[in-house]
Amino acid sequence: MNSSIMDLSIYHLVFAYIFVLLLLVLSKIRGIRREKLIIIATVRMSLQLTIMGFVLMFVFKHPSWWLTMLMITIMLAFAIFNAIKRIGLVANKKLKQLMGISMIIGYICSATFFLLVVLKVMPWFNPQYCIPISGMIIGNAMTGIVLGANTLCSEMQAKRTEIENSIMLGATPKVATHKIVNDAFDSAILPTINNMLTMGVVSLPGMMTGQILSGTFPITAIKYQIGIMLAILGCTALTVIIFVTLGYQTFFTPSQTLDEM
Amino acid sequence: MFEIKNLKYKDILDIEELTLAQAVVCFMGPSGSGKTTLLRHLNRLKEPDSGEIFYHNKNIKTINPVELRRKVVMLGQTSVIYEGTIADNLQIGARFAQQTIPDHNAMLRMLELVGLNHTLEEGCYNLSGGEKQRLCMARVMLMEAETYLLDEPSAALDQNTEQFMIQNIVDFSKEKGRQLIMVSHSPQMKKMFPQGIVLLEQGKVREAIL
Repeated sequence: MNSSIMDLSIYHLVFAYIFVLLLLVLSKIRGIRREKLIIIATVRMSLQLTIMGFVLMFVFKHPSWWLTMLMITIMLAFAIFNAIKRIGLVANKKLKQLMGISMIIGYICSATFFLLVVLKVMPWFNPQYCIPISGMIIGNAMTGIVLGANTLCSEMQAKRTEIENSIMLGATPKVATHKIVNDAFDSAILPTINNMLTMGVVSLPGMMTGQILSGTFPITAIKYQIGIMLAILGCTALTVIIFVTLGYQTFFTPSQTLDEM
Repeated sequence: MFEIKNLKYKDILDIEELTLAQAVVCFMGPSGSGKTTLLRHLNRLKEPDSGEIFYHNKNIKTINPVELRRKVVMLGQTSVIYEGTIADNLQIGARFAQQTIPDHNAMLRMLELVGLNHTLEEGCYNLSGGEKQRLCMARVMLMEAETYLLDEPSAALDQNTEQFMIQNIVDFSKEKGRQLIMVSHSPQMKKMFPQGIVLLEQGKVREAIL
């Protein structure tokens, strides 16, 4: 087996953009009207990754704790901003704040454990480990919390009459929303669990593929992949459980009745 | 027993003084006169902009809202049916309020009082609107509360069923020493309870026969 990767030349990479062209043509012919979004997404993906490549090269060359922290802070801030944007108008202000807080706590707890206890990264801020792993954990937690928040908001709206009825019968808000909170949690972690079910059979995850392509021994790549999947599961679960167990309360007034929307 | 003093809520309610001490009180008046809003103030589903409400001489602001709602239980205007059988639906109120779960006999007796001829093991999907309303009524009456707030309890019922159910419920709650506070549109209520009528108009008490 070749232990070093064959470098992908830019000219060859350009050929891959043919897939985007194909999609553009399809979108045009079928009148789906997504051409603008497809172009923006393609440009952003290419640009963001290229910049990230240069930034990572710089950070790897000059490893320091504050650069690592800065990178993680930017990633986390971007993820929180994006999650809040995706949940949109349906959520109240407190709920949006809570999304940010949950993601920060969820990330800090799971990343600290995974990087320092499981991987024993040395030095603790080693950018080669901290940055890509944080990116994966944060990205998945973001998807999870958006799904959870969507379910929470739509169910709180749809079951308003039922919740109010339970309150009238003397239920605490916690009991009256128990099922909704559980459903929101379930909807947030289910994609990660489903992903784990088929992993290794149907899908070879991106991180592992990247590692194998760049010459890492497959067993080593798989060990990392298992670790990172568990960290993703842990971070998503922690982030979402903090979010939903506190989040339902933002729908209630101090006198424990539903807030008027 | 409730005492209301200088209650103001938006431009919906403006009540100077009202004491509700009778075993049965019925709020009447045209649509939009504030009947339901007043009822919802009594268990703190709504909070007044100003003024006070006392329950057994205690300002309800000082009572924990959930504790208050377990003593002053409410039947809402919309019939809400939970997942499960008729028995599950009858027991869920007591479960919410952490009270003793009503047994088989108590549930059967209550179904009889509201005039619902179904078994406890049946599902609830086939019940008609009026039957659902009576099931909700039975659920509320099975709870160990002191006061019952009923918002249009007989809206979906015909005159005969209404009279039958309301009379049974009133007898039952009198026997247990409980208070009923109802909102109703029905002219029949006025005939049934000539003593205990509060007539509201544009958020004010126009007439109180107490």
